[in-house]
Formats: sequence, structure tokens, C-alpha cells
Amino acid sequence: MLLSAEGLAARRGEELIFSNLSFDLGMGEALVVTGRNGSGKSTLLRVIAGLLAPEAGRVTFSGAGVEPGARPREFCHYLGHRNAMKRELTVFENLAFWKSFQGGSGGALDIDEAAETVGLGGILHLPYGYLSAGQQRRFAIARLLVAHRPVWLLDEPTAALDADSDRMFAGLVKRHLAEGGIALAATHQPLGLEKVQELRMTGFSGVNADVWE
Amino acid sequence: MIALLVRDLKLSIRAGGGALVGVLFFLTIVAVIPFGVGPDLNLLSRIGPAIVWIGALLSSLLGLDRLFQAEREDGSLDVLLMHDTPLVLTVFVKCLAHWLATGLPLVIASPLLGLFMNMNEVAIGAVMLTLVVGSPAITFIGAVGAAVAVALPRGGLLVSILVLPLAVPVLIFGVSASYAAVEDPAPFLPPFLILMALTLFFAAIGPAAAALALRNAAD
Repeated sequence: MLLSAEGLAARRGEELIFSNLSFDLGMGEALVVTGRNGSGKSTLLRVIAGLLAPEAGRVTFSGAGVEPGARPREFCHYLGHRNAMKRELTVFENLAFWKSFQGGSGGALDIDEAAETVGLGGILHLPYGYLSAGQQRRFAIARLLVAHRPVWLLDEPTAALDADSDRMFAGLVKRHLAEGGIALAATHQPLGLEKVQELRMTGFSGVNADVWE
Repeated sequence: MIALLVRDLKLSIRAGGGALVGVLFFLTIVAVIPFGVGPDLNLLSRIGPAIVWIGALLSSLLGLDRLFQAEREDGSLDVLLMHDTPLVLTVFVKCLAHWLATGLPLVIASPLLGLFMNMNEVAIGAVMLTLVVGSPAITFIGAVGAAVAVALPRGGLLVSILVLPLAVPVLIFGVSASYAAVEDPAPFLPPFLILMALTLFFAAIGPAAAALALRNAAD
């Protein structure tokens, strides 16, 4: 499996956020995207997730069992700033919905196991809106576990997490990588990973005539 | 897809869901008409089908703006957009759930409101039948408006304004089929068949247009 980006550029409104950005990530590799606020970390992840159209360049995902021409977004989990959970439904209903909707075969945990893994086994019956911000985030992480995707796109994944949960999450990412997954994280926290590339975003790259064609 | 349908139905009946609000609004609109028009029973029964239809149209517009906005606010829309099932199908299922939760209760409430308007049994039956056939079209049209206005913080009124002109043909043929059932010379079937055609047309066009709008509304 290989996730590669070639010459990516993205624009928000009139501003070109980054341009000519390329990387290759193979099995078990991670990319940590760092940079100050507004430097385009989230934009990069959203471009890779297929939620924003790149201004130039392209993202491809290839490997065994991947049909040529398949969209990379189908192989990605995206954990954004917002948790993608309904406050009115119980945690179990939320996770059961995403498990069933996202489908995916081997390697997925069932809902109880996923809740145990994020350390919140006993409170699946509570409405999601009753939980604290940290607990909500941990269940949002559990969503990544109930359906298998080889690529994890993590945008500030450890926001609102305490130190223990930080370590728990680092462990999860390590396990995902050990199983041959790929992770991209925009984060300020050291995730304690080996074999990790770092991409430092420098912020507004100004108007670049080459990509405006 | 069944999971999405079940989830949306659950959400609509939980706290903050829109299922009951639409019916209450429908009830309010139709219930105040006799007070405004006066106790002229003949007049009431003559305008009855039109009033019930207008009430149903306005009530079904009420919760439409939240169709995708609620998903966007909590980040679910991103995950729905990324998934490999065709987005058109996802939108279609969401429309179906929305109609089951808000449109169907209006249809069920309409006979009661028909009594308020002094309509006879045939007219009540005709209005109910035309509403069953015609109200899904309003939801499918509304989905396009909701998708276009998904990123706007107060898109509710805009959705109604975008949707109403397109929903006018549905209203025209719904009401004319209802009248045709009671008034003898006019045939019932032609307007009713056109109403069906409108629903099928918008069931095909609406989700496709809404999916296109959602893809391009990403930020």
C-alpha cells in the first residue's frame, strides 16, 4: 500500500495555503504535520480526505487489492475537529450506526471491544451529549476502530484528552501502524512514534503564478 | 443504508427532532383558518382542500433546512461524504427518512383537519391520497435547497424561498386532483397522474442535485 501526494496545492478563498507538496507513505509509516495555527494542516488533511478539491496535484492510493482509479477517500478514516456523533443518540447507537454504515471487513473491533480499548467500557448506554469533552473525543476515536480503514487522517486527535488517554491513543496509532496501516496526524503532541516523517507547514505561501493556470 | 434510515428516524423522534413540530404547525395553520374566514360552512368546504394542501406544504418546509445542516455541525457530513456508497443514495435515504418522520405524520393528521374545514368524506380521502403521493416531492425538492444552504448559519428562510417556486406545480396538481374528486365534470386521474410523475421526477433529480451541491459546498 502506498499513499502518495504529488505536487499538491490548495486554496482557501483567494489565499493559496500551500503549493507543490509531495510525499509518499508506505505501510506502517506515519506523517506528522506540524506548523503554527493557520498554516494549512487541516486543509492538507481535508484535501487528502477528498473533502476539499486540490488546486493542483493529486493524491493516489495504490496497493494490493486496490482497484486502479479507486478514490483514496474510501480507504481513509477522517477524525476532524468535530466528533461526527449525535448528541441525542446513545454511544452504542452512534457506534453501531457508523460500524454498519462504514462497513469494511477484517480487522474491525466490535462495539464493546472498541469501547474497552478507549477505556470507557461501561457507559455505552448513555446519550453521547451527556459525556464530557474528553470522553466524547475518546468515543470519536472508537469510531476508527469499529470499521477498518488502512489510512487514518487525524486532525488534532488528542484535543481534550488527558495524559493517560494521550498514551492510550499513541498506543492505538502504533498498533495501527504495526498492522501495516498508514497515519497522518496534524498535532502538537509527540505521539511517541518511530519511523515517522515530519512535515512542517510554513503557512501562507502567497500567490504562486505556476499553479494558478 | 438501513442503518442510516433507522438512525435518522430515531433522531427525529428524540429530543430536538422535528417530527412533532411539523404536525403542530400544520394543526395551527389549518385550525386558525375557520376563525379568520368565519363560520360559513359552504365556503370552508370549498376552500378546504386548498387550505389543507397549503398547510401541509408550509409545514413540510419547516424542518427541511436542518436536513444536512445538523450533520454538518457535528462533523458527520464529512464522514458521509467520504464513504464509497454513492452520495446520491445517501441523500435519497436521508430524504426518505425525513419524509417518514415529518411528511407521513402530516398525511395522517390531514383527515382531522379536513373535518375542521367541513370537508366531506370523498374530499378528505382525495386530499389524503394526493398528499401521500405529492408530499415526497416537496422533500426531494427541499433536499436541494437544504444542500445549497448547508454552510449558511441561518439558511432556513433561504431554503424556503429556494424551494417554494419549485414546489408550486406540486401544489397546483395536488389541489386540482383533490377538487376533481369532489366536483363532477373535472376528471381526477390526469392531475393525479401528473402529481405522481412530478414526485418520480423529483425523486430522481432532487438527490442528484443535492449530492452535487454537497460535494461543492465542502470547506
